[in-house]
Amino acid sequence: MKRITGVLLVVLVAAGVLWADSALSINGAGATFPYPMYSKWFDEYHKKNANLQINYQSIGSGGGIKQVTEGTVDFGATDGPMNDDQLKAYLDKHGSGILHFPTVMGAVVPTYNIPGVDSTLNFTPEALAGIFLGKITKWNDPAIADANKGVKLPAEDIVVVHRAESSGTSYVWTDYLSKVSDEWKSKVGKGAAVNWPVGFGGKGNEGVTGTIKNTPNSIGYVELIYAESNKIPYGGVKNAAGVFVKASLAAVSAAAAGAAKEMPDDFRVSITNAPGKASYPISSFTWLLIPEKFSDATKRDAIKGFVKWMLADGQNYAEALSYAKLPEEVVSKEWKAISKIQ
Amino acid sequence: MESYQQDPIARAEKVAMTTTTVPSAGPVAGSRSLFSRLREGDEIARMITFLFAASVVLVTLLLVLELWQGSVLPRHKFGFNFFRTSVWDPIFDQFGALPFIYGTLITASVSLLIAVPLGIGAAIFLAELAPPRVSDALEFFIDLLAAVPSVIYGLLGVFIVVPLMRQYIQPALKHSFGFLPLFQGPAYGVGFLTAGIVLAIMIIPYIISVSREVLLSVPRDQREAALSLGATRWESTWKIVVPFARTGIFGSIFLALARALGETMAVTMVIGNTPTISSSLFSPGYSIAAVIANEFTEATGDLYLQALIELGLVLFILTFILNGLARLLIVATSQRGSGTGHA
Amino acid sequence: MSPRLRWRKFVSGFMLTMTGVCALLAVSVLFFILGYLVYHGGTSISWNFFTKLPAPVGESGGGMANAILGSAKLLLLASLAGVPIGFFGAIYLAEFSGGTTAFVVRYAADLLNGVPSIVIGIFSYSLVVLPFKHFSTLAGGFALGLMMIPITLRSTEEFLRAVPRALREAAMALGASKWKTIATVIVPAAYRGILTAILLAFARVAGETAPLLFTAFGNRFWSPGWNQPTASLPVMIFTYAIAPYDDWHRQAWAAGLVLLGLILVINIVARAILSRGIAVPRS
Repeated sequence: MKRITGVLLVVLVAAGVLWADSALSINGAGATFPYPMYSKWFDEYHKKNANLQINYQSIGSGGGIKQVTEGTVDFGATDGPMNDDQLKAYLDKHGSGILHFPTVMGAVVPTYNIPGVDSTLNFTPEALAGIFLGKITKWNDPAIADANKGVKLPAEDIVVVHRAESSGTSYVWTDYLSKVSDEWKSKVGKGAAVNWPVGFGGKGNEGVTGTIKNTPNSIGYVELIYAESNKIPYGGVKNAAGVFVKASLAAVSAAAAGAAKEMPDDFRVSITNAPGKASYPISSFTWLLIPEKFSDATKRDAIKGFVKWMLADGQNYAEALSYAKLPEEVVSKEWKAISKIQ
Repeated sequence: MESYQQDPIARAEKVAMTTTTVPSAGPVAGSRSLFSRLREGDEIARMITFLFAASVVLVTLLLVLELWQGSVLPRHKFGFNFFRTSVWDPIFDQFGALPFIYGTLITASVSLLIAVPLGIGAAIFLAELAPPRVSDALEFFIDLLAAVPSVIYGLLGVFIVVPLMRQYIQPALKHSFGFLPLFQGPAYGVGFLTAGIVLAIMIIPYIISVSREVLLSVPRDQREAALSLGATRWESTWKIVVPFARTGIFGSIFLALARALGETMAVTMVIGNTPTISSSLFSPGYSIAAVIANEFTEATGDLYLQALIELGLVLFILTFILNGLARLLIVATSQRGSGTGHA
Repeated sequence: MSPRLRWRKFVSGFMLTMTGVCALLAVSVLFFILGYLVYHGGTSISWNFFTKLPAPVGESGGGMANAILGSAKLLLLASLAGVPIGFFGAIYLAEFSGGTTAFVVRYAADLLNGVPSIVIGIFSYSLVVLPFKHFSTLAGGFALGLMMIPITLRSTEEFLRAVPRALREAAMALGASKWKTIATVIVPAAYRGILTAILLAFARVAGETAPLLFTAFGNRFWSPGWNQPTASLPVMIFTYAIAPYDDWHRQAWAAGLVLLGLILVINIVARAILSRGIAVPRS
């Protein structure tokens, strides 16, 4: 018996060591939000290029930035663009820079659970900021009620739910609030994790949706996909042009198109509170972080090939998964930027 | 913990080893080469096992060193204030550990309060009362509880325990015991109490599994002696057998405590993740392990990152102190009470 | 029957029933969890689950074959690292060491046990991943092995100590040297407890997610050898559970069920292979 186990062990170890794969393996890490999209893309691309395996794991935007800077992965992905300090850190470590490539777009929506209220609520920026600052405490507060004439809002305390862990979603949400509320900007600021004035944290988009579903009179923020697939009500938000817009893929694309004209060359731009009548104000890009210089030419060509495919065929898979496609202007700009990858 | 078993044997060894020329009453006709051979084999065994044991200490020290070195910035910036302030603001670089320390201690306490009586009770049942086959079968399943991934515990906590708490248990507690500050405040379902309950379920297998084995190994004559003197079944168990197995049971509680202090995934899904200090068990809170897990991947900026690492160091210190207190408690009770058992 | 005796008998019956209740509670929780997993994940368990690679959302027929193999490799590595250290360390503590050394080692083990799994992951990351600049199965095995050590060490030591003195003295009287006594008498006498300790430690690390995120990382594809990132069941459960798709949720529950099933099988097999005619009858 012991001999058999011994032999089995040796076989196992040998299998682990000797089994080699001839495929080229590329590793990437980063944001959780686009994980379904990227897993679909890398899978489709693998079908077309059987010798190429692109392995993407979602460990968070910050994780993606850190790991690509450390060099433990070949590319990163983030919901919030790298700031100047992070770019400098990468430059210092590698001697060359890193490029941002927007891939798809998403939206963050305010979701709520108010027993007795079935209709779509409209939120002004002031209302949202006030609620999350803890200054607006009851649902029937005029700041909310005025934008929702005809809806009977209860005189109940608002239960605020935010994200427990650091996340790109929080980054987008706080980025928006910082733009529309000076008090938020000075008191709380924008970031993947902040010192929330009120409320408690749910883990992940799923955790927040679950908590809201189970907690009456609650409000929180989640990615559009989660609100849609969990079928929970989410509200419209007043955009910079003064129109109440409920999040949709078209409205997100409109926001990106509006911002595309001012798009910087490195694509690091926030499109929250974008101009345009049809724009949804809490939209955002998500980016791939690709090093400027590759020491391995095969890896470089493989990634360049992928980005080209992503900008063309890849975009067609986006809407089926509830991600918004990149607007034309951005796509063409990215085509030109591909040549920067050496 | 004195190894009493060693004393007579160690003495015998010493006698055997030191008396070389005089044939002793111990093992075998004394010949120098035999003794030195024996000694050598034992010496090698001693050295090898020592190396393994020492590696445990080395790894732990290395870990502490890493935590210490990795938390240089916040230690210099905040000093001891880190333990006294309650604000955790990554944007404005203000970091205070107090709410996390509080949450960790509270949830661990609640979980131990629930798991220890239940666990020891179940272990007694399995070791003393249940027929061997039933005991083995049930033990199988209880060991499986230890294998449930913490993520699943977290999910089950969210889907089952939290609604249960919010809709039934917390209101009931408020109704009956609401005069205590422990059970006041709005009931969201998430919070210290819920986290403590989920932790209790997670740590119970360690207590049951180890305690049961130790209870089983108590020699039968101990029980029989008690029973023959007229003790009831319970008295024999509680007053004789359990104290005999005391060190093993305490060992299992240490294992359980350690797990409760360090549990990450499950806690963060049900504790509410708000750095608050509150006398109410219903309040949402935070624990050290949970905040590290939640914020580490996204932490940008050296001070932020190192503040999280310093939290890890704080937890280490906490564990150190708690373990020390627990051991003192054991020493105190064993000196006061019975002298039976290998204390 | 005197009133005092009646009372004592009552207490005895009552307390013993209470212990039964405790055991019942503990076991029923487990069955509840199992039932929940079966109910929610049972439909996703199919031949595909065990043989296919993960499919992107929307496509059916995906599985977690690479995660199952990955978990097996990781656990093998963890056991190779953690079990010997725990086992031999425990022998040192129980048989050779003096009071102070034993105290220090035990204390260190308890401290190591209390370290959050995420911190173990970060520690392993800086030791095994950063220097080599890539994630690997080895790093994951290292992290999990670290977590196995304290449980194995502490529990094994307790069971070694519990072996009756008479056995040791008998062996001594027969002229056996210390290490021979340990190898042929004491360890076999305590083997049941030692096996329990090892299986408990094994079960603990089998379900850990956080330490793997920074070490084994994760992989949508097969992971050849020991030096590449690898998928594992707990990480897949985590990734799928926090996604917005019902299909992935079901797969997460199914993965939990499969993980538990695997541990159960390993438990049974281990006890069967390693069972001998018991050297010491259960007292």
